[in-house]
Amino acid sequence: MADLLLEVNDLGVRFATEDGTVRAVDGVSLELERGKVLGIVGESGSGKSVTAMTLMGLTRGVNAQFEGEVLYKGADLLKVSDRDMQNYRGNELGMIFQDPMTSLNPVYRIGEQIVEAIQSHESVDKRTARARTIELLRQVGIPNPESRVDNFPHEFSGGMRQRAMIAMALSCNPSILIADEPTTALDVTIQAQIVELINRLKDDFDSAVIFITHDLGVIADIADEIIVMYAGRVVERGSKRDVFYDPQMPYTWGLLGSIPRLDRPRPERLHTIEGMPPSLIRPPEGCKFRPRCPHAFEKCREEPALENRVGTPGHLDRCWLDVEFKRSHRDETISPGSTEAA
Amino acid sequence: MVAFLIRRTFGMILVLLAVSFVTYLIFFKIPGGDPAIRIAGRTATDANIIAIRQKLGLDQNIFVQWWDMMKALLSGQLISYYDGTNVVQQIKEGMPATFSLCIGAGIIWLGFGVLVGTISAVSAGRFSDRAITALALVGISLPVAWLGLIMRYLFSEGGVSTVMPDGGYVPLTTNPAQWFFHLLMPWFTLAILFIGFYGRVLRSNILDTINEDFVRTAKAKGLSSRRILVKHTLRASLIPIVTLFGLDFAAVLGGGAIITETVYQIHGVGFYAAQSIQTQDLPPLMGVTLYGAAFIVVFSTLVDVAYAYLDPRIRLS
Repeated sequence: MADLLLEVNDLGVRFATEDGTVRAVDGVSLELERGKVLGIVGESGSGKSVTAMTLMGLTRGVNAQFEGEVLYKGADLLKVSDRDMQNYRGNELGMIFQDPMTSLNPVYRIGEQIVEAIQSHESVDKRTARARTIELLRQVGIPNPESRVDNFPHEFSGGMRQRAMIAMALSCNPSILIADEPTTALDVTIQAQIVELINRLKDDFDSAVIFITHDLGVIADIADEIIVMYAGRVVERGSKRDVFYDPQMPYTWGLLGSIPRLDRPRPERLHTIEGMPPSLIRPPEGCKFRPRCPHAFEKCREEPALENRVGTPGHLDRCWLDVEFKRSHRDETISPGSTEAA
Repeated sequence: MVAFLIRRTFGMILVLLAVSFVTYLIFFKIPGGDPAIRIAGRTATDANIIAIRQKLGLDQNIFVQWWDMMKALLSGQLISYYDGTNVVQQIKEGMPATFSLCIGAGIIWLGFGVLVGTISAVSAGRFSDRAITALALVGISLPVAWLGLIMRYLFSEGGVSTVMPDGGYVPLTTNPAQWFFHLLMPWFTLAILFIGFYGRVLRSNILDTINEDFVRTAKAKGLSSRRILVKHTLRASLIPIVTLFGLDFAAVLGGGAIITETVYQIHGVGFYAAQSIQTQDLPPLMGVTLYGAAFIVVFSTLVDVAYAYLDPRIRLS
């Protein structure tokens, strides 16, 4: 059996707000093995970031309620005390965030911030921590790390700051690296470099990666498994191959159709998913995607379970539509115009 | 840095000249401002007044008058119209009392302000936060004159006890214990307004900073909550407090503690200013105004230097 690092079972996260209870995450399950990359995809408000932050214990607060379990090497992270959680953060699970411009503290030097992370988990002296910091900066591709280590964040470019964030997240050799939209704030060429860097470092550090994005194209190269989230739920889950080549959820089609692709005839316009994500306080009955789904029918008023409907083991979805119907209609969404052209 | 300081020094001199000239101008425009008429008294003849004008040089062009007064002030020769004392000498004599009052009060208000603001922010929404907020609003709303009188009544004049000295000032060099004892009530009287105000400002700064991405990063690194609060949150939240403190402290050092000094009969610069206003005595008013303005401009430069130190993104230029 492969080395299972993380097992999330039926995770639910609810936030009490003035307008009512928000079910930000509802019944999410996932597994992560060492050396693997799990992609979590969805639009804003789909619950992907809340899921990731909950794994890190960063959503804890008076207004938050949790259900299910988050088993990391056998311990339920939802149940460990705040103090013990500190030892998991950084040490066992490292995290990088979307906006490298604001994620680093502007008043401390890059090196100081990484040294601080190392020293909070290991009793090493400053000199050792600093030497390790320089080595880390070298590994993430910062040129001239011996002098760059003393720069302030504003003296780094966006891509370099994200590299520094990665160095910081990896500084204590965590088993899992959680990357929450790490490339969204960067320009395209830098995006590719950062994705490639994360993929390479995963092997160097012998860890696993949870890569969160709204852009399926970003993780097309590196993900082993993909989870598609919508309105706080997993709506489709499968290997990269399943999700890209045999997508079962009309929502996934929409996401695929909104990526510009060079390997297909160019459509007039990229696909857009009509409408807005539903309210998480009063979500629609039945399938949560129903109000926006062009193929919705009577049965969709009943909630579909997340189960295997295609036959490929491990490929799960929440859609009532007939598999053959979906296979013959999905290209209208994924690459509109190309069916006539072909 | 050196170029910055040189440029700022020139700027400061210009500001001070402008302040003194405007003050001079205003003095002659207010009703009953003309010193010659006041000195001549009720039964003066026109000839008397003209003679006094001539003696004081008030018959000259206003620029010349002002410049003569500035020269006298800067050379330490400026004499009060009212009682013939040397203005610079009087200010110098008042400084130890004013400094004793303000430095002590400054330490108290900065210390308590930071403490109160931090406790309030950390416990935001809970009882201690609400209690502190209410007390802070009371503190901000209390008029200093009233608070000073009530404190004297309660603790010096038998309201609750007669333990505390009833006003007055004992120099530090004469008797350190009595110096401290006499200043205790004035310190708190002066500080309470600022404690409430700084506490409120710091509370909202901290609550803003807590939501910053870099604080989340610090948490994700696995730092303890105390370290996150002190090293990341508080550090960023204190930057605006530095500006406030620099300017407020300069203002009270520069004679702005007029009411506190008057209520407690502390013969400092503020007390001197209050007396000179009552007698509409031009030379001391010019002296005290310039003295106060000098503190403001010097401290605002210090604040800028401190800013560049606290936030590396800021360059002095």
